[in-house]
Amino acid sequence: MSEIILKVENLQASVSGQQVVEDVSFEVPAVGITALLGRNGVGKSSTIKGILGLYQRQGNIIFDGQPIQGLLTHQIVQLGIGYVPEDREIFSKLSVEENLRIAERDKNPNRRYVAELFPDIEARKAQTGGSLSGGQQQMVSLARALINSNKLLLVDEPTKGLAPKIVTEVAVALEEASKTVPMLLVEQNLEVVRRLAEDVIVLDAGKVVYTGKAKTLLADEALTQRLLGVHSEGA
Amino acid sequence: MDTIILLTITGVGLGSIYFLVASGLSLIYGLMHVLNFAHGVFLSFGGYIGYEVARIIGIETWTGFVTACIAGALAGGAFALLTELLLIRRLYNRHIEQVLITVGLALAAVALFGGIWGHDSIPLFGPEWLRGTTGMLGVDVPNKNFIMILGAALVLIGLQLFLHKTRYGMIIRAGVENRSMVTALGIDVRKSFALVFTIGGIVAGFGGVMASYYFNYISPSLGQSLLIFAFIVTVIGGLGSIGGAAVASVLVAILQQFANYYVFGTGDVVVVVLLAVVLLVKPTGLLGKKA
Amino acid sequence: MKTTKHLQWIIGIGVVALLALFPILPIPIPGILPGNTNTPGSLDLLILCLLNVGLAITYRLLLGVTGLLSFGHALYFGAGGYIFGIMLMELEMPFWWAVLLNLGFGVILAGITGAIALRVNGIPFAMVTLAFGQAGLVLVRKNSEITGGGEGLNITKPLQEIGLAFPIRDIKYPFWIVLTIIVVIFLILTLVEHSRAGHVASAIRENELRINVLGIKPYFAKWIMFVVAGTLASTVGMAYIFANRAILPHAVSAELTIAALLMVVLGGLGSKWGAVIGAFIYTILNNRLIALSSSDFVTGLPDFLRIPLKEPLFILGVLFILVVLFMPGGIHGAYTRAVAKLGLRKQAKNEEKLAA
Repeated sequence: MSEIILKVENLQASVSGQQVVEDVSFEVPAVGITALLGRNGVGKSSTIKGILGLYQRQGNIIFDGQPIQGLLTHQIVQLGIGYVPEDREIFSKLSVEENLRIAERDKNPNRRYVAELFPDIEARKAQTGGSLSGGQQQMVSLARALINSNKLLLVDEPTKGLAPKIVTEVAVALEEASKTVPMLLVEQNLEVVRRLAEDVIVLDAGKVVYTGKAKTLLADEALTQRLLGVHSEGA
Repeated sequence: MDTIILLTITGVGLGSIYFLVASGLSLIYGLMHVLNFAHGVFLSFGGYIGYEVARIIGIETWTGFVTACIAGALAGGAFALLTELLLIRRLYNRHIEQVLITVGLALAAVALFGGIWGHDSIPLFGPEWLRGTTGMLGVDVPNKNFIMILGAALVLIGLQLFLHKTRYGMIIRAGVENRSMVTALGIDVRKSFALVFTIGGIVAGFGGVMASYYFNYISPSLGQSLLIFAFIVTVIGGLGSIGGAAVASVLVAILQQFANYYVFGTGDVVVVVLLAVVLLVKPTGLLGKKA
Repeated sequence: MKTTKHLQWIIGIGVVALLALFPILPIPIPGILPGNTNTPGSLDLLILCLLNVGLAITYRLLLGVTGLLSFGHALYFGAGGYIFGIMLMELEMPFWWAVLLNLGFGVILAGITGAIALRVNGIPFAMVTLAFGQAGLVLVRKNSEITGGGEGLNITKPLQEIGLAFPIRDIKYPFWIVLTIIVVIFLILTLVEHSRAGHVASAIRENELRINVLGIKPYFAKWIMFVVAGTLASTVGMAYIFANRAILPHAVSAELTIAALLMVVLGGLGSKWGAVIGAFIYTILNNRLIALSSSDFVTGLPDFLRIPLKEPLFILGVLFILVVLFMPGGIHGAYTRAVAKLGLRKQAKNEEKLAA
């Protein structure tokens, strides 16, 4: 049993009065990639947003040994969390360079590391965020998280809506990053999960319905079908 | 032809004043989603403090005018900063209550100004040259228009430099676009709220002095009467966009001048019609972000 | 909770009955009314209270029920008053025709402006309604040959001439008529609030997303509420010019809308009763503060106290800020919290008894 970087107990989250996370508890180990899975609309993104305080939430959240449920979003992030949101959310009117600069928290940000990881966006620094393709925007969004030395990354559907070639590029970047920082990854693409994730947590209707090893889950065709509504081979 | 030139230049002059009110208003709305009803009060306060200072130095001297501009800007900025720290901040993210607070503040402040400086307008005449005209393209253009345009242009350039060349400016632009993502990058957006309010107050306070020299009077409700046009300008230009506010200010003022001259003084009504048309065609305004 | 609802109605009916008796009973209410209830001065003030109640409860349908922050509500009030006056004075229309036409005009005006303004939400909506109101004010000010401009529009004809057969000089009758109109408006608003569109509108205030999911058009429900509020406000405007026989541009101004906002927030957005109480308190306070500002007590004070105290709007503005900051839900909110507290205490007592 490895060390735990993030521990979530009885998390409930709501947005404009509507409860979107019922009661979620899980742990994220301090190494490797943990995948957070589930069908559409079961509250995966809301769980992430609840952890970050972007949604109103209740419950206990321990990050790196410190309770963070009472903190504001920016305070939580400053403790060392990198966030790659669903739909990328890069600033479309800011240049690519500004998109990266605004994310820099550390005294010595990993500019070179990010430039080597994403040579394509390095070449487009002067362009505005809005003029990039979806794949390039995703690279910027990932780069924003990787430019600081974080203790944990929360990555929300990084391959959503991307062409297969770009999906591979994103997966490579995530694999590379996971060597230095643990990650909680929301992902629909089971191929990516199979390639990257060690552990999996499955949500259904705002609750955790399965925790275990990724290999074990994906090897069980019937279980995958029942929990995720897809064939483990098909994706 | 002469009339057209004259109306256009005076339109840009009036538009410059609208811009001084609307730019701060738009920035505050864009970042904080606060409709600041007290913005006109920052303007009037700046105008009165400028007037008091100019009276000491000499209203009809250029030194008096320039000192008044600086004093008005500082006064407006200070008033705005206090408003944010003492009132707005307590109602973080409760937008309706924030509007209500600024409505109450506007009401109280206008009444208080009336109590201190009198409810009637105080006439005010600046340096000799400001009251004269200059021949240009065959028409005599009132000189005050040039000063208004110069002032607004300086503010526009200053704001753009601040927004595009500083880290705070970058945070504000990012916050206008997507505030929660800015906090999710570990930045305390609230720090920039006070900043944006202060900047808006400085520009409005400066605008108060400019407006009082333009209209040749200062009154408790001067700011609030300009505020209504500033609201229209910010909606037409697109909330949160400084460039949009600049374009819309000039557009609205020119349209007003032309309608007043050619269509029986219907300038104010035409402006509201323009607003309705923009809302029907493009509800986010000319340069606004997508909803 | 049911019983407090019933209690509210019983108290309401009692108050209306008492008000109806005011013109014939000499009741002194010192400190609040300038004289006994049947004196013209007191009745004038009470009529103003009632008209403000009308303005406040129609405004509450927008802000309290539908969650729409409008700064142009006075446009409909003022339009009702001015157009009614113009119809009677300039166009010499028969009284009841003027009433009917005016109601129709109220629907059209609110219908068109509402349809445009509701294309945006929240704060932009507030700005747009403000602009519409401003356009109305400009029209009134500029067309002074019809509206009287800054001097206002006066009804100089005796009302018998336009088909009303009662002694209008006697202020009793306008008082009773205004009281009736306001009670009817109150009842209409109650019906509208409990109608299907009313339920949808208040659900929109809670959560627009959910309504969209349900497949009911929020735009339409909001529009209905806007038209109802506007038309009823123009009815109050008609009552205003009828009772006062004069109307000023102030009736179309944003200041009047803000006054309505003050009344509603002071009384509490949570209920019509709150708006009613807020309107009464606002009107009487405003009236009394003007008296205070010229009193010997205030004029004798040093400058730093005298200057703010002689400005009624300064005091009202500060009071308003304090209510928003420290008394969420206004008077109605404070009342509900007090009732809840009492209820809890009662419950605790009962439990104690049971335990013993």
